[in-house]
Amino acid sequence: MININVNGTAHQIEADPNTPLLWVIRDIIGLTGTKFGCGVAQCGACVVHLNGEAVRSCVTKVSRAEGQNIVTIEGLSANNNHPAQLAWNQEQVPQCGYCHSGQIMSAAVLLRENNNPSDADIDAAMAGNICRCGTYQRIRKAIHTAAELQRKESASK
Amino acid sequence: MKKQLKNKPRYTSVAKAFAVVGVLLSAIAIMAFGLNSEPEKTKATPIVIRKDSVASVKAFKQVYSVLMSARCMNCHPSGNVPLQGDDSHLHTMSPQRGVDGKGVYAMKCANCHQATNTPGLHTPPGNPNWHLPPADMKMIFQGRSPRQLAKQIIDPKQNGHKDMKKLIAHADDGLVLSGWNPGEGRTLPPMSHAAFKKAWITWLTTGAYAPKK
Repeated sequence: MININVNGTAHQIEADPNTPLLWVIRDIIGLTGTKFGCGVAQCGACVVHLNGEAVRSCVTKVSRAEGQNIVTIEGLSANNNHPAQLAWNQEQVPQCGYCHSGQIMSAAVLLRENNNPSDADIDAAMAGNICRCGTYQRIRKAIHTAAELQRKESASK
Repeated sequence: MKKQLKNKPRYTSVAKAFAVVGVLLSAIAIMAFGLNSEPEKTKATPIVIRKDSVASVKAFKQVYSVLMSARCMNCHPSGNVPLQGDDSHLHTMSPQRGVDGKGVYAMKCANCHQATNTPGLHTPPGNPNWHLPPADMKMIFQGRSPRQLAKQIIDPKQNGHKDMKKLIAHADDGLVLSGWNPGEGRTLPPMSHAAFKKAWITWLTTGAYAPKK
């Protein structure tokens, strides 16, 4: 049995310790917002947060996640209201949408560490998330929007 | 006389008793000292430098061939993006060095590079301590001539503050060793780790001479 915490819920998982975290999240726990893209850490569709870091769940063994805190796109916010989610909606970013849970999870780490990222910061943070539809310009715009929403939110507190 | 003879054994027995007590006390003292004292620490073998510029430069030639191989140089790039593959191209996705050498934002090394190699071709190699040298001491190998690299390696201001002892120990560093366990499809350095370590120590202990060029 492997104990992991996903989106604040404790799970006891019966799986080979070498099983990729992605398949535990999708097939065993049943959270399908995290996507399989390449399986070799090349595309970013499978990004989830492991103790706040944007790990690629397709190459992360579930044994690494044991006793750690995992957050998937389903648990990023209570009501789909993380600044990145709001901005993605506002800027109508996705086209097919397949890569965007990974895109948003990566953007969330950037926004946590930098509340006013430049274009260069965004490029550095997001260069590992591929979008076959080519929505990169809208992704960049949405991250600027999200940063602004986040700054306003923290100023109003 | 008779009396004296009669008393003699008494003095002898007193002397014997003192002697026995003395021996016992000494034994106890020795034992007590033995119990209280720290076990003597194994003294490290002092590093003996026997200057020999010819042997040193010859050894560094071997060292250089390893350090400039893809397995070592790829994480000692001249820029802030690591290199990748046997042809040492820029790492796809352009991950950045970051201040501590461990990446930035959503692009930290350990997000893809696990504690062990990921099975399969074109998958991320792994190590628990995967990183580049930090931004304030980049320890660049790429583009360095043998002379430049030799001088850089023995300069504590450029080598991560390593003295001779630490330099020698660095041959067995976990990340150095992982160069000989690079994951599927990657060429090994041009000699075994044992041969590299021998050349490395020979170079250092013969005076760490830098080649002329």
